[in-house]
Amino acid sequence: MKRESMVPLLLILPALVYLVVFIGYPIVGTFQLAFSSPKGWLENFKYVLSSRDFLSAFLNTILLGVVVIPAQFVLAILLALLVNKKWKGYKTILYIIATPLALSDVTAALISYSIFAPNGYLNKILLRLNWIERPLYFFGYLFRSREFLVVILTEIWRATPLVFVILLAGLQSINNEYLEAADVFGFSAWEKFTKITLPLLKPSIVSALLVRTLFAFQIFGVVWLLAGRDITILAGETYYWYVFMNNRNIASTYALIIAILTFIVGWFYIGTIRSKHLEEGVRT
Amino acid sequence: MKKFFYILACVAICLWFLGPLFFTFLASMTPSSDFYSMDKIFPSKLTFEHIYKLLVNLGGWRAMLVSVQVALIAIAISFAFGIPAGYAITRYIFRGKNMIKLVMLFTRSVPLVVIAVSLVTMYLRLNLADTMFGVALAHAAMVLPFVVLITSSIFSGVFVEYEEAGMIFGLSRFGAFLRITMPLALPGLAASAIFAFIMSWNEVFAASVLAITNRTLPAHILSTAMASPDYFKFAAGTIMAVPALIFIFIIRKYLISMWGISLK
Repeated sequence: MKRESMVPLLLILPALVYLVVFIGYPIVGTFQLAFSSPKGWLENFKYVLSSRDFLSAFLNTILLGVVVIPAQFVLAILLALLVNKKWKGYKTILYIIATPLALSDVTAALISYSIFAPNGYLNKILLRLNWIERPLYFFGYLFRSREFLVVILTEIWRATPLVFVILLAGLQSINNEYLEAADVFGFSAWEKFTKITLPLLKPSIVSALLVRTLFAFQIFGVVWLLAGRDITILAGETYYWYVFMNNRNIASTYALIIAILTFIVGWFYIGTIRSKHLEEGVRT
Repeated sequence: MKKFFYILACVAICLWFLGPLFFTFLASMTPSSDFYSMDKIFPSKLTFEHIYKLLVNLGGWRAMLVSVQVALIAIAISFAFGIPAGYAITRYIFRGKNMIKLVMLFTRSVPLVVIAVSLVTMYLRLNLADTMFGVALAHAAMVLPFVVLITSSIFSGVFVEYEEAGMIFGLSRFGAFLRITMPLALPGLAASAIFAFIMSWNEVFAASVLAITNRTLPAHILSTAMASPDYFKFAAGTIMAVPALIFIFIIRKYLISMWGISLK
């Protein structure tokens, strides 16, 4: 470690300038677009907030998050506890659980389509077993609630491993001596989990929760490919208004609403835990 | 009894995580007549016809090349800017260091959804609209904060004493960095480059908004998939998944630390 005043700043400056130009400036641009309209600076927001599409997009985005995130956490904790036991061959299972990490949301949607399509493998297998007479349909405006179910399953499949790796890293950093001490005092397995593992895992849980909640507002590829606008979502509306309606102002208004929600959630979490904790939980 | 439970859990995990992948690969290689007949789960023969058609006749190969170019340019830019910054954060004490770290954490969590549309306006002025280079610049911005944070954590794993020893033997500070720190950090840097590649390879929103004619593979699929027959969708899924799976297999050792930092 050296104290040299100019050198580090010169080393950081290019990266900083790049981020200002390609992230900072466009954020300002998003504000400009969202607040400019021939009728008045708040007109875009008035239009969006009073439209039915916005309300359903907002509610659907929240609903998806509320269902998917808890399910991911329960599954991820169970998987992490299982893998953390370090039995023979646990590494193989670790890599198998991690496979969806490599896949994009678009790919995950196509993969889930191969299962749930009218000619998909779920229907083929159920027909073969004689459990159903006719194929089940999961897609189309009429079957929106089933579409919703498929989207939820796909998101759980795709993103549980993300939570899993963060929690596993947290579990591995827990000192085994605590658990051994608990054994000495005769704790049951459940007591050890709730009184030792869970509290020590809290930083990792919070940082994983932060990540998942932030990204919940951006959910796009899976819903757009599987359901189109049958299930409206905030990022999907941004895309729709830009690509199909060619209206940058309304698109930016949606984008800004996503940014504001992300910011509020991020602020809330950082208020709960200090950013130092966040980093520690993430880094290990 | 306990062993039985473990085996059961492992089988369930394998089926849940690998089953859908297997079925997608299978579907992409099933002749269309076999796919549309309900009583055939396993095809009578495997064919590469759909994948071939998707790549050659439907623009898949072109989109794939665009994707690779975009990712490589994004990696080049983000590493050129990210490595010095990461090095400075680890090796120097200076005022505003925590502020810089906070800026990185903040920019990393700004969604591309938020800035993509406004980037188009900026690109129209710079003549970058609808170009591969424009998409690459946006992806570089997405990857850069990650590169800064991860390289700083990689460099902090290389003992500063080695560098100092090098400088005692007459290397300049830059020489010590180039001849000592870089070779030691190389495996980690290579893994982060692969990781950055996957991030760019998988990004779809900005790529679809910023370019219409020069679309990357996911953007191309997003705009065409739902209108094409089912077997092309599975072929698309396969050509998207296979390179990413190979890459992630290469960097599997770095899996946990890397995804922890990337926050995605």
